[in-house]
Amino acid sequence: MAILEINNVSKQFGGLTALDNVSFQVEEGEIRGLIGPNGAGKSTMFKNIAGFQVPTKGSISYQGQSIEGKKPHTIAEMGIVRTFQETTLFQELSVFENALVGTHIRARSNVFSAVLGLDRLQQEAASEKVMEVLEFMGLIERKDQLASELPLGSQRALALSIALVSEPKVMLMDEPFAGMNGEETSHMMDLTRKVRESGITVVLVEHDMKAVMGLCNYLTVLNFGQVLAHGTPEEVRNNDKVIEAYLGGAK
Amino acid sequence: MNSNGGFTVQRMIIGVVALAALLATPHFLSFHHQDLLIFLTINVLAVCSYRLVTLTGEWSLIHAVMMGVGAYTVALLVNHFDLAIWFTLPLAGTAAGLVAALLCFPLLRMTQFYFLIGSFAAGEAIRLTWVEFVGVFGGTSGLRGVEAPIVFGIDFLDPIPYFYFSLAVVMLCLFILYRIENSRVGLTLHAIHWKSALAESVGVDAWRYRALAFIVGSFFVGIAGGLKIHYLGSVTPNQFTVSFMVFILIWVIVGGYNKFYGPIIGVVVLTIFDESIRSFEVLRPAIYGAMLILSILFLPLGLESVPGKIKSWFGVGSPPPEPPLSDQ
Repeated sequence: MAILEINNVSKQFGGLTALDNVSFQVEEGEIRGLIGPNGAGKSTMFKNIAGFQVPTKGSISYQGQSIEGKKPHTIAEMGIVRTFQETTLFQELSVFENALVGTHIRARSNVFSAVLGLDRLQQEAASEKVMEVLEFMGLIERKDQLASELPLGSQRALALSIALVSEPKVMLMDEPFAGMNGEETSHMMDLTRKVRESGITVVLVEHDMKAVMGLCNYLTVLNFGQVLAHGTPEEVRNNDKVIEAYLGGAK
Repeated sequence: MNSNGGFTVQRMIIGVVALAALLATPHFLSFHHQDLLIFLTINVLAVCSYRLVTLTGEWSLIHAVMMGVGAYTVALLVNHFDLAIWFTLPLAGTAAGLVAALLCFPLLRMTQFYFLIGSFAAGEAIRLTWVEFVGVFGGTSGLRGVEAPIVFGIDFLDPIPYFYFSLAVVMLCLFILYRIENSRVGLTLHAIHWKSALAESVGVDAWRYRALAFIVGSFFVGIAGGLKIHYLGSVTPNQFTVSFMVFILIWVIVGGYNKFYGPIIGVVVLTIFDESIRSFEVLRPAIYGAMLILSILFLPLGLESVPGKIKSWFGVGSPPPEPPLSDQ
């Protein structure tokens, strides 16, 4: 059974249709690419899955449970965590603290145990988890630096770490390669593979075709809010409709 | 988030000396200044509890009125039930916390500027309730005759024992506020401030945490209001107008709201400053206003940032690291 099922989802903003009857399934353990030209509705799709927007029509189910209309924090608790476009971090907190926020679901505390220190063991476990993930992502030497002081590649790795420490089952990555140079891109690709190997299903929105083709085992192509094609990278690359959408009909 | 544990012996000595100085202070002051010292101590709790509310990035204009809720609670409890101070203070906090909890539902639907205005309107509504319901709250003349408590045979009408008592209460509250800010809960509040959507994406219920900060902050300012009324003996709606709220804002901003102790420095320095220009009479508000503008212009991070600046002028310690200019 598919871990994530999108069934006939539409999203309208006034008269504008951002998503039009979109359906696709994501299987457990895959790296799924969601591609398409600018304005195709990829990010809108992500926002609808992660609960930041509610679909106008259609249903989204995760592990057989309907999740559309649920709040972002509830969806995160169920196991779907997203990362953001650009570098969305807690810029004024240290690398370690940034990642520590990610442990919220398992290490949250209440005022009483926080004041009395009753949550110490729990917090120590959270710190250990953070150190483990920072080690895994190659950020351990920078753990006391402010997030705003990191170079771009490390900032993206940190964004990934925040998502990763929350121990999700599905990770939605929104343009993780945007603005990266070749070296940073290949490092990020390695990290993404490692994430998948640790048992997390990855769905990624990306424009960098080299990264998409190299990473994903299956692609869904959106255009003007509709699903244009599905297939393996090889199939999509040779799909006439896709070539037309990207190159504007010049064949 | 944890403070470094270095120089613990040195810190302990400084702490003991500071505490001894604090305890000795009222003995060198006039009666008028002893009063002022007690109100200053209480205002420290008001600004520190306000800081907790602002940690999520939301500034409210209802904090002064929440202090009033605590004050009225104490006045009513003492006048009608003659309760001891051990009960009235926690109940004052609880009443303010409960009012805040109810107000969360309309107010926290708003953020930023709208929240500011909404909280002001809600505060005025509460304050006007005290004015209009004369039978319960005594109208504009408020409630009087809240007799000073006598605890273990010590009459709290005397400023020195009451200063010691309020100092103890305030220090306990500050300790709790400090623990909250430096705990997991505090980290989550900071996270919501800097990037609410990112915090929510990893499972933080931002609404609940904003409510928590608002309720806990109101609880502690309710206690501050209770402390004030036990000493003053009367409460009126005019003690908690928006102009007192503006003072709270000024103390927090001038002191610096990025550090826990910033607002404390703000309220202490400005209170002493205001008192020291008392002899200028008519010029006093103008001097005070000019000081504020100057400090905000030249110290946007507050008085709290002064030691760091002096250090960097004289090259003591390492300057804060420059952010990298480019990623290459």
